Parts: sequence; structure tokens; C-alpha cells
Amino acid sequence: MTAWIGNNVWLIPAVPLAASFVILSLANSRRKSAAALAVIGQVAALMLSIVAFTTTLQTPGYRAFHNFTWFTFGENALRIGWVLDPLAAAMLVMIALVGLCIFTFSIGYMAGDKDFTRFFAHLSFFSAAMLGVVIANSLLLLFVCWELVGLASYLLIGFWIHKPSAAAAAKKAFITTRIGDMGFFLGILWLYSGSGTLLFYDNGRGCLESAGLLALGASATFVALLIFCGAVGKSGQFPLHVWLPDAMEGPTPVSALIHAATMVAAGVFLVARVYPLFSFGAVDGVTPSLTVVVWIGVISGLMAALIAIAQPDIKRILAYSTVSQLGLMMVSLGVGGVAAGIMHLLAHGFFKALLFLGAGSVIHGSYHEQDIRKMGGLRRAMPVTFLTYAIGMMALSGVPLVFCGAWTKEEILHATAHWPGSRVPYFLLLAGVVLTALYMTRQIIYVFFGNRREASEHAHESTRVMTIPLIVLAICTILFSAVLTPAWPWLHSYLTGEPAHSDIARLIQPMLFLSLVLVAAGIGLGIAMYRKIALQDRHRPIETDPLEQVQPALFRFLENRMWLDEFYEWTVIAFAAIAARVSDWMDRYFWDGLVRGFGGLGQLFGIFSTNVDERGINAGVDETTAGTRGLGRVISGWHSGQIQTYLGAVAVGMLALLILYAWLT
Amino acid sequence: MTPALQLFLIVSAALFCIGLLAALSRRHAIFILIGIEMMLAAANLNFIAFWRFGPQPQQPTGVMVAIFSIAIAAAEAAVGLALVIAVYRHYRTTNVDQLNQLKG
Repeated sequence: MTAWIGNNVWLIPAVPLAASFVILSLANSRRKSAAALAVIGQVAALMLSIVAFTTTLQTPGYRAFHNFTWFTFGENALRIGWVLDPLAAAMLVMIALVGLCIFTFSIGYMAGDKDFTRFFAHLSFFSAAMLGVVIANSLLLLFVCWELVGLASYLLIGFWIHKPSAAAAAKKAFITTRIGDMGFFLGILWLYSGSGTLLFYDNGRGCLESAGLLALGASATFVALLIFCGAVGKSGQFPLHVWLPDAMEGPTPVSALIHAATMVAAGVFLVARVYPLFSFGAVDGVTPSLTVVVWIGVISGLMAALIAIAQPDIKRILAYSTVSQLGLMMVSLGVGGVAAGIMHLLAHGFFKALLFLGAGSVIHGSYHEQDIRKMGGLRRAMPVTFLTYAIGMMALSGVPLVFCGAWTKEEILHATAHWPGSRVPYFLLLAGVVLTALYMTRQIIYVFFGNRREASEHAHESTRVMTIPLIVLAICTILFSAVLTPAWPWLHSYLTGEPAHSDIARLIQPMLFLSLVLVAAGIGLGIAMYRKIALQDRHRPIETDPLEQVQPALFRFLENRMWLDEFYEWTVIAFAAIAARVSDWMDRYFWDGLVRGFGGLGQLFGIFSTNVDERGINAGVDETTAGTRGLGRVISGWHSGQIQTYLGAVAVGMLALLILYAWLT
Repeated sequence: MTPALQLFLIVSAALFCIGLLAALSRRHAIFILIGIEMMLAAANLNFIAFWRFGPQPQQPTGVMVAIFSIAIAAAEAAVGLALVIAVYRHYRTTNVDQLNQLKG
């Protein structure tokens, strides 16, 4: 059984993929079978993932891979394969479990949608692609699945195709990530030309193993940076983060599944997977590529946290929070805390899915209103949603002890504090922690406290099919912290392949108090700032944000997302538009003119050869035939049929011969 | 060369010319045949004359050739007449001017 799963990990993505194709072939009206198939596929994937996970528990540092030749060209064989190791197994379980919760939630959330079956087909397809990314043992296979994930994301963001904003957001997401993927692909090519293999592990010959890395040599830095471009695009890191908030146009379960819990994590996962490329030739744990990762992460983390403070849309706040948290993970990877980054990724998967599903429940209950300024007082109307949302919020903010986000965040801070490169990222991360607590407090106060406002007037709790996934995820969020604490760092050891020691004394350490102080500061600041909102008169929508009253210019700056979209509009997009116009002009006039010129030349030649043909060759043949015919007519005239004429001719001929004879002799 | 031979030859040539003239000028097929027979007779006369005044007049070579020639001419005349009759049956005429079906 155990060896079997190591060789057949491919089954895990194959099951949802098959489910997706079957659902696609169903009629639009078969809603129940579509949902059932999708859930069954996901349950099967979860079961297999758990089997795979238990397999990896047997030995520390377990790793099984299976490679085979995909196709051969010339003398090169392109090989792909799949791998099962702690990193993949942990991701598999998280993706399958969170995915299952979201699938279940979607049954309730999408109940009224006419394209219900298509939605589940796409969800299953996405799940398959994401699971494929995780088990890939070849950068090529990973890239293929990575692009399939991008495609699924495109299909799901633009799910409500009749909404122009959704179509635009889908396009934006696809094109923005494509910019990163371009770099990724170049990195793959460079890696292949350098090391001659794209397999990660291949009995010492893989590109992540010592021989492959040595063959790559100094170019490993560039390869790593190019691959990081792909991760930046997919994980919504600065400067390619702009698509992620717009991606909130998709249905909320999609935002939960793709743009919070799993897909955006693919970038972080990718960096973790090819970490040896990043850390190759490290001096004191610092390499140029890792330094870039750290700074991109820091910028994204802090910038997104700042922007989130001034957003009015409940989902956009969460989207920016995702960017911020992904930045945090990148920092962790960059400073060498790979296990800490992945742990935060897993924890984030749970609590961010919880938050998004909670937001979905709120939106569903408020008749599809997403503006938090129009909500309020939902605490009593939606108690389950409120409680679970609060758990998610505290996990995200990093309230210590029972919420998983706190432990992982602490570990990241711990790793960052000892980074030999610079102390600045550490302090910026601390500021980020305060900001995270602040914007989450703001959101909670707006949505759940105070008086009910217009959108939440008649809000009601969601059905059980939606609340149960919330409860499950909330329980996961709390229980997950059991394996994260420094007292028993089981997950850390599992990921790094060391045996775990339990030591209750390590539970209490300075970092715990530091994060407690920071989170308390953030939440306290939030309560102090937004307390008024809760006390505001019920029938008036909130016109000005408390921050706007104090700092109008700063608020507008943040509300407009630091004008980064506008900046891109004026620079990159304007440049692209001009380039497109120039190309259009070139195409229309220059190239078209050239083509027309050559066409005209051809035409001229055609006329010329027509003339030669008609006036020269044809006319010559005509003349010849006319001459032949005329001659024939003359000669046929001689054949009069008059026998005496012939006889006369014979006589004359004979006479002539006689005369000739006489003359010659 | 004695004058006697020349006389024969002149007669023969005259006979030939008369025959030719007849063959060329008459429109009736029978007369044309007669003209041809006359030309043949002129040729036979030449044979006889050249034999009689030739180097070996004792041996009857010339006469033999003439006799053969006459026999052949008779056969030829028979064929010619048969043709004329066949033509006549077909076209109901023996006027050679109207028999121009072989014209080119």
C-alpha cells in the first residue's frame, strides 16, 4: 500500500480531473450529480492524499519519486515524473481538505446560479491542476500544471461572463501572471541548457541535486531569479500584485479556493520546491537571489497591508491581506526559514479560506452587497459566521496560543530576526503585524458590530451546507496549531526531516510576548479608531472613514491602491498601447505596402508573361497553323480529280526530263 | 545510224504525240483508253525499230518484247474497259470531267 502510493501519486490529481471531464459532459440541468461528482472526486483525492501523507510519516525525510520519458527528440529525452515528499504530502492534504470545504460551501453559495454544473467542472479542474503542481517532479510538468492552474483561474474569475468587469478581471489576471510566467519559462530553458535535466530528483542527477547544481554553476542565480518571476506573478507579489484584488470579481468560493488558500500559494510552493537553486553557493545563508526574494516579500507584505486599511470592499481587504501574507511567506523563504514559510502557507490556507468563506456567507446574507460601509451589526444576525470569522481574523492577526497563524508568524519573525543580510526586513515585518491586526479589526467592526445598516437590515444566517465548512475550517485553524508550537514543533521537523522533540519550556519565549504586544497594539488601535463606527446611527451609511477624517490625503492614497494601477495604466499599458498602435500602423502601411508592392510586381510580371504568351508564342503557333492551312488549301487545289490534268502534268514532267537529258548529254 | 531508223522513230514519236493528244483532249473514257493504246503502240514500234537496226537483228528479242507488250496491253485494255463499265454503272457517265471524286 505504502510503496504503491509512492509510485501512483498521479492518481491524486487524476481523480478530480476525471470528475471535471465527466461534469463537463453533463447537461446543464444535472445540478445534483455535478455537485456530487465534484465532491466525490475531492473526497477521493483527500483520501489518497491522506494515504500519501501517512506514507511519508514512516521515515523522516521520506522521498519517493517516479520518472519516465515523456517524449524523445533527437538524442535528448524529455523526462517527467512525480515525487512524494513531506512538502508535497503536506500541501496535498491541505489543498484537498480546504478544497473539499470550499466545494461543499459552493453548493449552498452557488445554489441559485444557472451555470452551476460548469462551476463545479471548473472547480474540479482547478483542484486537479493544483494537485498536479504539488506532485510534479519535473519543472516542465510543474509548469504545465502551473499554466493549467492559471487557465482555471481565468475561467473562474470570469465565471460570470455577462459581467464586463469580471471578463476584464479575468483577462487582467491572465495577462499579468503571463508576464511572470514568461520569466519562469526562460528560467526553465536556461536551467535545461545548463544542467540538461528538468527533473528535481533523479538519483543524484536531478537539477536540485548536487551534480545538477554544480553543472549549473554561477548561472543558478539567474535561473532562480527568472523562476522567481513566475512565483511573483502567481503569488501576487509586488510589482505583479495588481491582478489579485481584481480577481475578487469571481464568485466568493473561487476567491477562497484560488485567490487565498491554494493557487496563489503555488508561487511560494515553487520557491520552496526549487529552494536548492536559490540557496546554491550561499555565503552565511545569503545569496543574491534570496535577497531579492526577501525584499520583494517585504515590499509586498507592507504595501498590501497598508492598502488593505483603506479598502471598502470586504473581499478586496482579504485579497490585499493575502498579498501581504504571501509576502510574509516569501520573506521567510528568503531568510532561510523554508519550513516556517510552508507552515505559514498551510496555516494561511486554512484561515484565509475560512475568512473568505465567511465573507461569502456575509455577502450571501446581505443580498450580494460587498461594501463593508453598508453592513454592520451582523454579529447577532449571523452568529455562526461571526464566530468562525472572528477565529479566522484572530488567526490572521496572530493572536497567540490557540490560533495557528500566530505560531507560524512567530516562527517567521524568529527566522527573520536572525537574517545576517539586514535587520530592516525584521522591523518592517513587525510593523506589518500591527497593520494586519489593525485592518482586520476595522473590518470586523464595520461588518459585525454596531447597528445594522442598509445592506444588513434583513440579513440572515446562511444554510447549514455553508456554515458546516466554516465550522470545519475554524476547527482546523485551531487544532492545526497543536503541531506548530515550539513546545512540540512536529510539522517543522516533519518538513525538515528531523525527529521532533517536545519541550514544554520552549513554549514561552520572548517572541511570544513581542507578538502579543504587537497584536494587542494593532487591535487596540483598531478599536480606538473605529469605535465610533459601531456607535453610528443606524440609518445613515458611513460617509467618511475615521482615517479619512484624520489623514484625508493618506487615505485617498491608500484607497486608490497607491495609484499603482493608474501608474501601470500610464506606463506599461500606455507603452503597450503605443507599441500596439505602431505595430498596427507598420502592419497596415509598411508591411502591407511591401506585400502590396510585391503583389504589384507579380501582377506586372503576369501581364508581361501574358503578353509574351499571347503575342509571341500563341501568335507564332497561330501563324504556323494558318500557313500550313493555306499551303494545304493550295496543294489540295492541285488535286482537282481531273485525270487528264494529272496526265498532262505527267506529260509535261516527262518532257521536261527529256529536255534535261538532252541538255545534259 | 541509218535514216531508216530515224524515220521509224519520227513515226513512232508522231504516233505517241497523237495518242497523248487524244488521251489529254478527249472527255470520253473509252477514247482516252484508245489514246493510251496508241502511245503503247508507239512504244512497241520503238522496240521493233531499235531491234531491227540494233547490233544483233538475227535474234528475235525485239519481236518477243513487242509480243509480250501487246499481250500485256491487251490485258490492260481489258482491265481498263472493265473499269470504264464499272464506272459507268456507278455514275451513269463516262465523262472524265465529272469523275472528280478523288480531288483533294
